[in-house]
Amino acid sequence: MARVPSPPAILVRDLRKSYGEVEAVRGIDFEVAPGEVFGLLGPNGAGKTTTTEILEGYRSRTSGIVSVLGHDPEQRARELRARVGIVLQSSGMYRHIGVREAVAHFARLYPRPRDVDEVLALAGLTGKEDALARTLSGGQARRLDFALAAQALCDRVAIVKEGRIVAEGPPASLGASSSRYRVTWRDEHGELQAREVEDPTALLHQLTSAALARGAALQDLHVSRPSLEDVYLELTAEAAVEEAELHA
Amino acid sequence: MPSAFALAWHQYRLERRMFWRNPTAAFFNFGFPLLFLALFGAIFSGDQESLDVIVPGIAGMAVMSTTFSALAHNLVFLREQGVLKRMRGTPLPEGSYLGGVFANAVTNAVIQILIVVVAGKLFFHLDWPKDWLELAVYVAAGVTCLAALGVAWAHVIPNFDAAPAYVNIVFLPAIFISGVFYDVENSPSFLRDIAQALPLTHLIDGLSGALVTGSSIADNLSGLVVIAVWAAAGIVLAVRGFSWESRRA
Ligand SMILES: Nc1ncnc2c1ncn2[C@@H]1O[C@H](COP(=O)(O)OP(=O)(O)OP(=O)(O)O)[C@@H](O)[C@H]1O
Ligand SMILES: [Mg+2]
Repeated sequence: MARVPSPPAILVRDLRKSYGEVEAVRGIDFEVAPGEVFGLLGPNGAGKTTTTEILEGYRSRTSGIVSVLGHDPEQRARELRARVGIVLQSSGMYRHIGVREAVAHFARLYPRPRDVDEVLALAGLTGKEDALARTLSGGQARRLDFALAAQALCDRVAIVKEGRIVAEGPPASLGASSSRYRVTWRDEHGELQAREVEDPTALLHQLTSAALARGAALQDLHVSRPSLEDVYLELTAEAAVEEAELHA
Repeated sequence: MPSAFALAWHQYRLERRMFWRNPTAAFFNFGFPLLFLALFGAIFSGDQESLDVIVPGIAGMAVMSTTFSALAHNLVFLREQGVLKRMRGTPLPEGSYLGGVFANAVTNAVIQILIVVVAGKLFFHLDWPKDWLELAVYVAAGVTCLAALGVAWAHVIPNFDAAPAYVNIVFLPAIFISGVFYDVENSPSFLRDIAQALPLTHLIDGLSGALVTGSSIADNLSGLVVIAVWAAAGIVLAVRGFSWESRRA
């Protein structure tokens, strides 16, 4: 099938950056396609943060070409910032701000923000809404960083699997309100099985009658609708695999 | 895209909530001028001439502490914590952020001026302000000037540990030289010359005109010019030098 190649989401050509005498970045080239999960790996001080922060518009470059979603990030266009979510290597928060309050505040800065509760659920911060941000554990604080950056993804989420987009749409339509059911059970060999179906009626009938016919109990049966978090976990799990392969 | 003004308002409301949620800071912020008023009221009790100097003096000091000191201190904190950098990564326009922060400082300045005016009337035998317009003009000029200088000074402060020292090395000499506690006319001539070049001196003169003597804006016009020159320099330095991230040095 003929495919019109889409322009890269990120394009970097011969990027260089010096801090005085220190040549932190010495001619980097890469492209990231839309939807691609891309990792920059390397030893400490290699120039990863420098490169990323040039892409984010935090730093100016010494030379080279950089394009992010068709913009030069150095121009700091609001349209670009509205479409980019940033989780920094480290970043602080107001001392007296609450978790929900922070998410609601940041949401207002974006043109079409996501629902606050949805973002909190997506980041796994449900139950911590009323806590002060500074009382969060280290991992929870990173979740809040993610929640504040996830505003920019408000329109659409695309989930890519094996080179294809398997799901795309507003986040709410992908998660809890999805029409797919996930059925898991343990088969006669004790193996855990999982299947996703539009309508679980037939599958359940088949499973229960087979179990009845065997005269054995149907073990570990679960019928659930995937939450948005499940969908994301699936995605990040695969990103982690990619990263591990890069390491190898 | 939400309008830049709507976003400045949104940021302002957050700044107000953050301010009130830090009760010790809020207490010191408002308790400081009241404490000074109470102390000097006791010292100068019955000496109306001195009280007439001290009330506008404390009002001027309140403007400086709520704008210059508070902004220099808070911006260094937010910069060091990485909050400024995080805000900068969002579509919030820089101007809206600074506008919200500025309006927050102005609100504190106005609240303190009102506290001083009411205390002056109730406890120090002063009348209600003779010229509200003059009061408004001088407060507006003073907060703009001193807030801009505070933002510019934040850029000079290398890190948060150094912030109190950097703020006080400006604030303390300024309030003494500019005549918060005595009439500048009575100080040695070299100090008087320095005082004439400082914006706080002229702010206090203007406040004194509005609150006590009744001298008009026209009488103090040259003072307004001095404040405007400092304000222009402050704004240029604040905008040029503003850094969203702490230096590593
Ligand atoms: N603001 C700066 N001023 C001067 N030198 C800098 C600055 N930022 C980074 N450097 C230097 O540039 C080089 C690259 O730093 P960078 O932060 O990009 O590394 P990194 O790959 O992100 O490292 P890490 O894995 O430790 O986070 C280092 O030698 C660092 O000391
Ligand atoms: Mg790094």
